[in-house]
Amino acid sequence: MNEHAPALVAMLPIIGAVLIMLTRHNSLNWIIALLSGAGTTYYSIILYLHARSVGTISYSMGGWEPPVGIEYRIDELNSLLIALIAIVSFLILVYAKSSLCNELKKNKISTFYSMYLLCLGGLIGILSTGDAFNAFVFLEISSLATYVIISMGSDRRGLLAAYQYLIIGTIGATLYVIGVGLIFIITGSLNLYDISIKLGDIELYRPLLASLAFITVGIALKIALFPLHAWLPNAYAFAPSVGTAFLASTATKVAIYLLIKYLYLVYGFDLVYSNQIFIFVVLSLSIIAMFGASLIAIFQSNLKKLFAYSSVAQIGYITLGIGIANYNGLIGSTVHIINHSIIKAAIFLAIGCLVFSSKIVNIDQLAGLGKRMPMVALCITVSSLSLIGVPGTVGFISKWYLVLGSLEQGWWVVVFALAVSSILALIYVGRVIELIWFHAPVVGMDSENKIPFEMVAVTVLMTIATIYFGIDTRLTGDLAKIAVENVLLGEQL
Amino acid sequence: MSQQIIYLLPILIPIFLSILIKITWEVQQLRYPILFSGPILALLSVYKIQQNSEFFSFSINIFDIFPNIGISLGLEPISFIFIIMVNSLWLVATLYSYGYMRTNNEKRLGNFFSFFAIAIGCANGAALSSNLLTLFIFYELLTVSTYPLVTHKGDEQSKQSGRKYLLILLGTSLCFFLPAMGYVYFLSGNLDFVSGGLLTTTLSGMEVNNIAISILLALFIFGISKAAVMPFHSWLPAAMVAPTPVSALLHAVAVVKVGVFSIIKVLVYIFGLDILLGLFTVDLMIYICGFTIITTSIIALKQDNLKKLLAYSTISQLSYVVIAILILTPSAIIAASMHLVAHAVSKITLFFAAGAIYSSTGYTKISEMDGIGKKLKVVSIAFTLGAMSLVGIPLLVGFTSKWYIVQSSVEVGQWFILLIITTSTLLNIGYFTPIIYRFFFKHELGVGSFKALPWDISLSIIICCVLMVILFLQPNLVMEVISNVK
Repeated sequence: MNEHAPALVAMLPIIGAVLIMLTRHNSLNWIIALLSGAGTTYYSIILYLHARSVGTISYSMGGWEPPVGIEYRIDELNSLLIALIAIVSFLILVYAKSSLCNELKKNKISTFYSMYLLCLGGLIGILSTGDAFNAFVFLEISSLATYVIISMGSDRRGLLAAYQYLIIGTIGATLYVIGVGLIFIITGSLNLYDISIKLGDIELYRPLLASLAFITVGIALKIALFPLHAWLPNAYAFAPSVGTAFLASTATKVAIYLLIKYLYLVYGFDLVYSNQIFIFVVLSLSIIAMFGASLIAIFQSNLKKLFAYSSVAQIGYITLGIGIANYNGLIGSTVHIINHSIIKAAIFLAIGCLVFSSKIVNIDQLAGLGKRMPMVALCITVSSLSLIGVPGTVGFISKWYLVLGSLEQGWWVVVFALAVSSILALIYVGRVIELIWFHAPVVGMDSENKIPFEMVAVTVLMTIATIYFGIDTRLTGDLAKIAVENVLLGEQL
Repeated sequence: MSQQIIYLLPILIPIFLSILIKITWEVQQLRYPILFSGPILALLSVYKIQQNSEFFSFSINIFDIFPNIGISLGLEPISFIFIIMVNSLWLVATLYSYGYMRTNNEKRLGNFFSFFAIAIGCANGAALSSNLLTLFIFYELLTVSTYPLVTHKGDEQSKQSGRKYLLILLGTSLCFFLPAMGYVYFLSGNLDFVSGGLLTTTLSGMEVNNIAISILLALFIFGISKAAVMPFHSWLPAAMVAPTPVSALLHAVAVVKVGVFSIIKVLVYIFGLDILLGLFTVDLMIYICGFTIITTSIIALKQDNLKKLLAYSTISQLSYVVIAILILTPSAIIAASMHLVAHAVSKITLFFAAGAIYSSTGYTKISEMDGIGKKLKVVSIAFTLGAMSLVGIPLLVGFTSKWYIVQSSVEVGQWFILLIITTSTLLNIGYFTPIIYRFFFKHELGVGSFKALPWDISLSIIICCVLMVILFLQPNLVMEVISNVK
């Protein structure tokens, strides 16, 4: 079985999704979801270990040899991210049961699990496939599932949010396909690895740049890179809590990886970065995201929206590292993909606990939370602190690499921007923390459901991870370093 | 492995203690033994570390966070003095605060003491750190862990102050300290505290960009805003809303002293004094510190709230330490460290006295305190002694340190510093004399009722006074250790 792990990690969730839809059994659905999540996690770890020991693994889907058939290329970078996403979404699944029972109608729960797994399968597919068109297919699978997930929120505005995302997501996918089409015309191949070789002796510079532009903008819509982020806050705010936690910690990260893959592995460092305008655009958009989204976050009153805008800002950090484009900058990006995924999972899971126990969605309702639910309050506090980048938390690790990277380039402005955006983060996080610990509880908030053990446990586990990986970086920083060294900068170093 | 554990003890003991306090707080009989076991054990462990190893002999790498840099701990002379100072004063402050909190019926005592202990653990960590990253981490953790203490009262005003506290301290360190640290790493590929200065050693023989180093110095001094050099000083007066024991220990000893201590460490072990000679920002910083000293002393003249006055006086005294180290001679290191200790002991006495006055009478304003010297003899005399020490009157430790600062500034012909010190001494006299005059020579105003002070408050104040005298008589206790700095 292990030699088929590259296919299994993407297929197991999809099989699970189909099974759930077929059975639609109220007590079985969670178990099937858990099982396929566990299986995915297991194979993702095996896959990572395997990739670490032998380097790049090439797997031909259905036995059709590349470049004609679909190839799955697993290297140290994408297998690391596959493992991350598998583990995080498995943990969220453990958490999901009670939260979903509380937030969704009974007949919708099976659909939710099914869509959740479908989305997971799609995301893992995007990570592992080495085929441009196959990536598009998985992109669509995950997006379609995401639209459903968002629309299932108990608030009816979720429908609007889903529709908004549907339109924007489709535009993004279309742009991506146009880009892929251009590449196909230029090179006659859809295999990314094959394309990267063939691009080496292509003279047609202009169509190539056009394809780069189409693909970048198409993926940037999925990433929610500023100013293409409009869909994200509403989507996060009105999706069911479990869905928000899942999307915030996985979906955008996968899109970022896809962008990195195109920039570094397909077009290649030299082509992309010989283009000063490209760097300028990426850097300035990232910095505007860091500032703009944080500023907007300061004035949000909906808790989920606040952290959704913070996500847009944090995505700015990740793309900033791509723009910095040196060794440390890329490590910063990669490690922040991992770290931000953990942080946001922790925060949104904690918010899920709040919604479960007292339907809290507004920031004012946080008042006095420290007294009512000390554990959840502590989780929100700690993981918010790591958004600022307080040392001892994961946020600091990412920031350090980004600072180092920009210093190496001599870009003091970027260093300064990083610092100032941390202060903005401090302000919106400070607002939350103050409310939690220093305000008297609002009266009439005592009709609270007791939060089930597993929900608290997963939230606490994620929060501990934000601290643990801020101190022991062997599993995040070091692995990101290895991935960057071996995969992205293999030729430059 | 056992070596590593010894180095970790001064950090782990307070943290463990804080958990223990939280758990066992309901058991009345255990409170005293547990509270006091902390400082005593911490002091013992520091003693043990010192026994085990020569200064600089090695540092312990606990684990790596980034390639080749991580948490590493070690002991060198300045940190030895600092950590001994912090933990002995913690012992005294524990004695004091238990009495204080009991008399004033402060709520959530258990919380208070457990956060207190965590703050000390962070200060100890900063003291023992043997690279810049470790220092930075504990520096930041100290900010975060003292935030609940500043906002202990939980009312609107303390919330406002808490905001200012976090924003300025975290903001400057993320804006200036972190990039500065990154730049040091970029220049030297390392962050270790090296005897003789990391940058001096690694950049020797290379062409040094003086402007970059100058800017770096400014980034460090402004980034370490716990030292409260203007314009990033306003968190300190704001933090005075905290209960007096917090102000005493944290804002006279632990927090602000971690600030100046970090500046000393950075200047001595990261830059090295040689590389800084002749840089224009050194002069600039001396002027800024001079400005800070004079301005805050003038502001202090106009304060009516005793704790606010003490806070402004603290700001000016902190700048003394920074200005002293900026003289950049070996004797300046001694002067700066001496003043660090001297000010800590004197200021904690003053704060204890202020807190005792509040406990007994409920007065916080100076204008209310007419004639209290007759009722609260011990406290008033202690306050007078503390004030005299800060002014720099012989027989008290403040004189010794001021003397050394003057001496080392004259050695290098820094007349500006001399001028600043003389002026500020006059201003010190200017703001302390009226208070003392009120205490002893004015008639009692209102019909204020005097509560008797518990024995532990009086005892801790007396201990502080004795310490001031001992350190004057035996300055070698500090000097001999510091003279080991190469």
